[in-house]
Amino acid sequence: MPQVKVIVTLKPSLLDAQGRVVQDALHSMGYHGVEQVRIGKYMEMQLNSEGTASLDDQVREMCDRLLSNPVIENYTYEVVL
Amino acid sequence: MIGVTINTGRNPRFAVLRFPGSNCDQDAYHVVKDVIGREVEYVWHQDTSLKGFDVIILPGGFSYGDYLRTGAVARFAPIMEAVRKHADQGGLVIGICNGFQVLCEAHLLPGALIRNSGCKFLCKYVPLRVENNETPFTSRYTQGQTIHIPIAHGEGRYVCDETTLQSLENNKQILFRYTDSDGNANEAGNPNGSIVNIAGIANSTFNIMGMMPHPERASEKILGSADGREVFESIVCSAERIFK
Repeated sequence: MPQVKVIVTLKPSLLDAQGRVVQDALHSMGYHGVEQVRIGKYMEMQLNSEGTASLDDQVREMCDRLLSNPVIENYTYEVVL
Repeated sequence: MIGVTINTGRNPRFAVLRFPGSNCDQDAYHVVKDVIGREVEYVWHQDTSLKGFDVIILPGGFSYGDYLRTGAVARFAPIMEAVRKHADQGGLVIGICNGFQVLCEAHLLPGALIRNSGCKFLCKYVPLRVENNETPFTSRYTQGQTIHIPIAHGEGRYVCDETTLQSLENNKQILFRYTDSDGNANEAGNPNGSIVNIAGIANSTFNIMGMMPHPERASEKILGSADGREVFESIVCSAERIFK
């Protein structure tokens, strides 16, 4: 049963407001070496082997249609068989 | 005035969509029914038809808990296919706040709405400038008029790519911009970091509009402002003009 791990991140051109807050917090804790923090989403899916489309096609479709918004986000994924 | 296709010659009938988590649906319903005195009905997100309605309102709230992204799950609700069909036929659609987020996720409007640049949830009156009054949603305002309408959102920062922005500007699809108290659309007057102070936009055929501020919360003087009422009156006015 394949497991798919998806990471979704805000496009680099967009200000990550949450990341900025976390970066400021780290600075106030004394970690002055932190140049940038960007926050994304991590998702794990358990798939069965049903469906005619290839696993990659299915995952990409799910990422494009729902798991990420291509207008503002990028994604990467990894399949663990 | 851009043409508006209203399906019937009678008074426009409004539908207020209800998703699980909608919480401005009753306000929108109240304004249409009691303030501007038009026919209105709620339509549940599991319904599949919008037959007989002329104007569709997607209200504010937190549809499906705003899980994953605001509007991301709501866009797949069964009723959204009917909204798309209604819009394709030229019918009017307004998304307010969460409704705007849903319309962007559904690609019925360009761009997206992300977390406010200051991270805070903002709930306050803001000045807006009417950028284009030649639309079915803004015809009762004057060009450049400053109005006061409340915002209430955590994720209202409008973003889009450069090409999209250029076409929004060229086609006059930006309907409202946030301004400072002097009416200037500058950084000081930008509450959430939206690109070029965008508060509301229309699609290229001007029958779909999305705005983050809440006109339905500012439609009666007793509530602090009636500046939002003209959004609803504009729609009725556009419809009546066509069928006179």
